[in-house]
Amino acid sequence: MSETITAISTPPGEGGIGIVRISGDESENIMRRMMKNHPDFIEPRHAYFGKVVVDSSKENSEVIDEALFLFMKGPHSYTGEDMLEIQAHGSNVSLRKILNAVLACGSENVRMAEPGEFTKLAFLNGKMDLSQAEAVIDIIKAKNDISFEIAQSQKDGRLSLFIRSIREKLLDILAQMAVHIDFPDEDEENTGTENYDLTVNELSSLEKDIEKLIGTASIGKIAKEGIRAAIIGKPNAGKSSLMNAVLGEGRVIVTDVPGTTRDTVEETASLGGMPVVLVDTAGLRDTDDKVEKIGINRSMEAAASADIVILVTDGSEKPDEEDEKLISTVKDIDPEHVILVINKEDLGNHYEREIESIVRRYISNYTVIITSLIGNAAVDAAVRISDTVGEILKYKNINIRESNIISSQRHLDLLYNALNNINECIEMIKNGEPVEVAELSAHYAYEELGRIIGEEIEDEVLDTVFSKFCLGK
Amino acid sequence: MKSLTQYSVNSVSENKYNFDVIVIGAGHAGCEAGLIAARMGMKTLIFCTDIESVAMMPCNPSIGGTGKGHLVREVDALGGEMGINIDKTFIQSKMLNTSKGPAVHSLRAQADKHKYHEEMLRTINKQKNLDLIENEITDLIIDKNEHMKVKGVITLSGEKYYSEVVIICTGTFLSGKIFIGDDIRVSGPAGLKGANTLGDNLRKLGFPVRRFKTGTPARMLRDTLDYSVMKEQKGDEKIVPFSFLNEDKVYDKDQISCWLSYTNEKTHKIILENIEKSAMYSGNIVGVGPRYCPSIEDKVSRFSDRKRHQLFVEPEGLDTDLMYIQGMSSSLPVDVQHMFYSTIPGLENAEIVQPAYAIEYDCVDPLSLRPSMESKIADGLFCAGQFNGSSGYEEAAAQGLIAGINAVRKIKNKDPLILRRDQAYIGVLIDDLVTKGTNEPYRIMTSRAEYRLILRQDNADRRLTEIGYEYGSVSKERYERYLVKKNNVDSEVRRLKNKKTDIDKIRSFLIKYECELNVSGLSEDMIEKRRANIMETENQTFADILKRPGINYDDIYEIDDEDRPSLSFNEKTEVEVMIKYEGYINKQINEVEKMRKLESKKLDEYIDYNSIGGLRLEARQKLSDIRPVTLGQASRISGVSPADINVLLIYLEKERRSAD
Repeated sequence: MSETITAISTPPGEGGIGIVRISGDESENIMRRMMKNHPDFIEPRHAYFGKVVVDSSKENSEVIDEALFLFMKGPHSYTGEDMLEIQAHGSNVSLRKILNAVLACGSENVRMAEPGEFTKLAFLNGKMDLSQAEAVIDIIKAKNDISFEIAQSQKDGRLSLFIRSIREKLLDILAQMAVHIDFPDEDEENTGTENYDLTVNELSSLEKDIEKLIGTASIGKIAKEGIRAAIIGKPNAGKSSLMNAVLGEGRVIVTDVPGTTRDTVEETASLGGMPVVLVDTAGLRDTDDKVEKIGINRSMEAAASADIVILVTDGSEKPDEEDEKLISTVKDIDPEHVILVINKEDLGNHYEREIESIVRRYISNYTVIITSLIGNAAVDAAVRISDTVGEILKYKNINIRESNIISSQRHLDLLYNALNNINECIEMIKNGEPVEVAELSAHYAYEELGRIIGEEIEDEVLDTVFSKFCLGK
Repeated sequence: MKSLTQYSVNSVSENKYNFDVIVIGAGHAGCEAGLIAARMGMKTLIFCTDIESVAMMPCNPSIGGTGKGHLVREVDALGGEMGINIDKTFIQSKMLNTSKGPAVHSLRAQADKHKYHEEMLRTINKQKNLDLIENEITDLIIDKNEHMKVKGVITLSGEKYYSEVVIICTGTFLSGKIFIGDDIRVSGPAGLKGANTLGDNLRKLGFPVRRFKTGTPARMLRDTLDYSVMKEQKGDEKIVPFSFLNEDKVYDKDQISCWLSYTNEKTHKIILENIEKSAMYSGNIVGVGPRYCPSIEDKVSRFSDRKRHQLFVEPEGLDTDLMYIQGMSSSLPVDVQHMFYSTIPGLENAEIVQPAYAIEYDCVDPLSLRPSMESKIADGLFCAGQFNGSSGYEEAAAQGLIAGINAVRKIKNKDPLILRRDQAYIGVLIDDLVTKGTNEPYRIMTSRAEYRLILRQDNADRRLTEIGYEYGSVSKERYERYLVKKNNVDSEVRRLKNKKTDIDKIRSFLIKYECELNVSGLSEDMIEKRRANIMETENQTFADILKRPGINYDDIYEIDDEDRPSLSFNEKTEVEVMIKYEGYINKQINEVEKMRKLESKKLDEYIDYNSIGGLRLEARQKLSDIRPVTLGQASRISGVSPADINVLLIYLEKERRSAD
């Protein structure tokens, strides 16, 4: 009998409902055991409402919760096996109790699911192929339009198509080498002269194709992990207000006491269709306060490692030495990636020109947004920041729909392996190494590319791929 | 040309109808199967329809070639006869692919066809435990009540011969049909009598019998050809024998030459104008022919942009007047053959002794075989050679040898010899046949082998002789010989890896080889750079020096004259390859390890694939039909996807756990 696996499938935290999922031959028995007054015949794909108990056969068994029981008969289920979903209240306590009861239901064949195991089963039971399965991971994890689009494009097979075309070209090269090895007596008019200059040229062209694809990985990484935007500014200039406006929620405590945000706070928001990690830094200023100092150092680091810097200033105050110091920190940053926000337009005094003249000492071609980060004006400012980020990124010419973008580390590693092997093959041919040895490298490159689209078998790969799934999915 | 009077058939002993092993057919597969079974102590009987067919070469007069030469070496390393027999009877020897690396060096020898046959017949006659009878087999004796257990064979005259196992090696004799234009004749190859009943009886017993086709070119009278207009193809000066037993022998016999010529547009025009007269194009032939060995009408019509095709004129022996026209097989009528052959330089006035023909024959779908070469349909029935859908003398011999060994293993109730793809070309050949099947006569090629760097012809004995000894096919004498060689090679490799000499000696040696010799195409600057580099090299072992391109084992003798052992040619080759290509070989060994994981996972023969959830329908059918022995074998079946293999992996894991 196969093992039955179980996990809490909804994200941790409080919610209206929470689901415990079970897959395997024990599913039906578990429902009989855990549903009080269950029917004699359990109809698949039928929702039953009832009390969840530890052991329905016992008169006084503890009632854990009320839930919907949904039994699905394999192969008509996500994993292709018998499955049971217990949809209870989304309390951690309740769900954990249900899970424990499932695990303790008396069968040694029931165990906790490994991360990603439900989808792994779906793949193994032929419900989806490898690249689809990987795309499923990315679709689940997509935090923004672009990574979602990359994943969808991959699921549609755009990447596979490209890899296949490179593999076909490699196959031609391999065939050309093979014919000289296996038919050494053949007329060269038929098989072509045994001159490998052409082979080297063809390989070099494939090398470029692969390099180009590898080049997209930085975009893929941004799409997947997000762009980092550091928000820097003097204490109380309105950094946290800006962040709240962009996020649309009170994530960061905003007070008028300078230096409230002592540590950096990170939040992901979708700006201009791109995932952007907003890093709210502690106020940058000279201080003797030890903790504050660490915060400032972190801010400097955050700014240096960010893709975009949002410089928040107070337009109602005349810029002083501290402001200059602060502004000077953007001097090494690509000006196109700097957004200068001049806040507190509502407060009457306007020092925009003074602030800008300082900024211009260091950079030009940056973006300026003059605003008040309160009320409707804050919403307005958030939209403008979002648009600006979108424009900044467009300047990088990312055309997701029409390009192949590598967003998976596994694919990137395999592409590098393929590239190295092609490289090696070219070098060996140039150095006059035996053709059957050089051929081997071209062959390895062919296999590495095949692993991307799942045309080579390797248990390790599968394990890596499926361990990326969130538990329970 | 019948040699029945010349060689008496061994007298059949008193228990004249009972044997351990019966072999049907005495071609290259049948001879190996019969000889090895007898050598392994079994009372063995070979049937042939005609004594002339013993080790007959009905097509090209050569043994070996790319991949094929490897097979011959492997057959030899396992105790087979082919290598020994060709060493006795070759008339030209050539190592192919010497411009490439050692893994694809391939030996090929032109054979004296008649002598080859005679020598093999003599060996069979001398062999203890072995009888040869000229008679046609028409049917098998099979006990349908006992798992279709084979019990023996029935001859045309109705006699019954009984045995524990039967090995079918019928080649192209089974319901053979020869086509020359619209002239169609029922016949075995080379005009010998075919066997016309057995194929149909096998069909009735439920064997998946099908039709394959192959062809052979014309034979011409030696003195009617003009050699002055053809290009001479000589043999190698240094002759390397096939058999490891002949390693120390010096061959200095005269070699014959082959001749190269080309077709031209006139030839192609005649062929195209008459193409509908070809049996291949008229629809008379239903059998499938090989792609790698197309007929001339195929070449001309499929590659119409080609201005010429090459052909080789090869002597069929020393004492014969026949010349074989390699590359020009055809099934066009005789008059058209005369017309197109005479357009070729050198063949203008050639007299055709035997026209080119196509031959169609019965063979079995090799997917119905186990990796041991035993049929899945009848217990105790083994199959080998062209009957299994392969082509080529060497492919046949390899299968015959393995079928013979495994027939004996079966009788002795021991596990069969199944060579893996990383152990031998024989393993590749048999695995391809029984796992992937074939839609055309199968030929071995080095590119079919994934682990080519390991499967070299120079190390066939290192790969296989010990295994053969363990499985009982290799004699003690051969095994001990091999151990001596292995020891010589290993200790020399060790010595080279440790030994150094004076740095100045090394530098002047390297300057000689890398700045004075081997410098064609290099500029003065580059040579100077090399020289400067060499002057800065640190001291290094002889193995390191040998790894440098352009430096051979024999070269090092100059600076290594103290304790250098005296090695044979093959030993030197092996030492050189082991050191020079160590890195690449190790890389390949790592690949092998990966595959071994799948290969070590055994699949039970009686798995009900229909009961395994998650297998796709096509995979279920293929797995149920082929019944792979290991997961590795399953992964090579076309129609079984990586996802299916993963389902099987899970299934095996579950089975293992529930067994615990």
